[in-house]
Amino acid sequence: MSLLTDEHLSHIGDRGPQKREIATRRDIRKYAVATGQSLRKFLDGDVAPPLYHVTLFWEIVELNRLTPDGVYIDTLIPTLPLNRAMAGGLEIEYFQPILADDELIAERQLTALYEKSGRSGPLIFYEVITDVNTVGGEPVLREKTTRILR
Amino acid sequence: MRNTLKLSELTIGDSILGRDYACDNVQLMLYNASLWNGHRIHYDHPYTTAVESYSGLVVAGPLIGDWLTQCLMEWLGEDGELLRFSYSNRIASYVGETLTSSGKIISIEQDTRNLELELLVCNEDGEVVAPGSACVRLMG
Repeated sequence: MSLLTDEHLSHIGDRGPQKREIATRRDIRKYAVATGQSLRKFLDGDVAPPLYHVTLFWEIVELNRLTPDGVYIDTLIPTLPLNRAMAGGLEIEYFQPILADDELIAERQLTALYEKSGRSGPLIFYEVITDVNTVGGEPVLREKTTRILR
Repeated sequence: MRNTLKLSELTIGDSILGRDYACDNVQLMLYNASLWNGHRIHYDHPYTTAVESYSGLVVAGPLIGDWLTQCLMEWLGEDGELLRFSYSNRIASYVGETLTSSGKIISIEQDTRNLELELLVCNEDGEVVAPGSACVRLMG
């Protein structure tokens, strides 16, 4: 029996609100240190490491919206019968690097929702495409994130 | 000093030297703080082992993904640009483990100067924790 209903699947194609953020040198530096970068351009915050945008556009949620395991339920995703998040993977196409003080706009779309059987039971997968552009509309990157719920 | 990458000197199968990563509690906390990730499996050991049945504090999946890009970018230097990157997290890794990144060239396209690379982060048992791939373009 499928865990995903037609109502769940009807959300495929939904889009989230635009997010507009500035890649500050300080935040780039913090990310570079926390990830253990060795290249000076990253540690000095001149250029953002290739996965910096993950933190730049990670949802900042208020404490009362966190679940007991400390995560938030992505509002782009419908309420699903499984909710323990496992890391998935990313596919990213890069068009230009992110530099200190760049102002960027991200838009997300739910593009897939499906289930599979795992070793410890059913798993739900969803895919979200994020387009990051400059405020002038030039593409910076396109990312497809796959997340797994158990 | 690092040598400049030259397309004519690269061969399919050439290895990329990675490095070891031993994420401790401090790095894991700083990473998740920079991400604004409150998932308890990264800092609450009793919860992580008793409720989520992991054997220890879990190294964040995107952090391991970042180590794949470090392997690539440290090799590439200023000699090219990153066009594409992908990775997935296969198995969990824990604070206290030493993980090792590595990579190799799997294709070379002379016309476009594009290289396809395979990237890996493995644990001490040699298991692939996170496989990745990338495409870079070398400068002319």
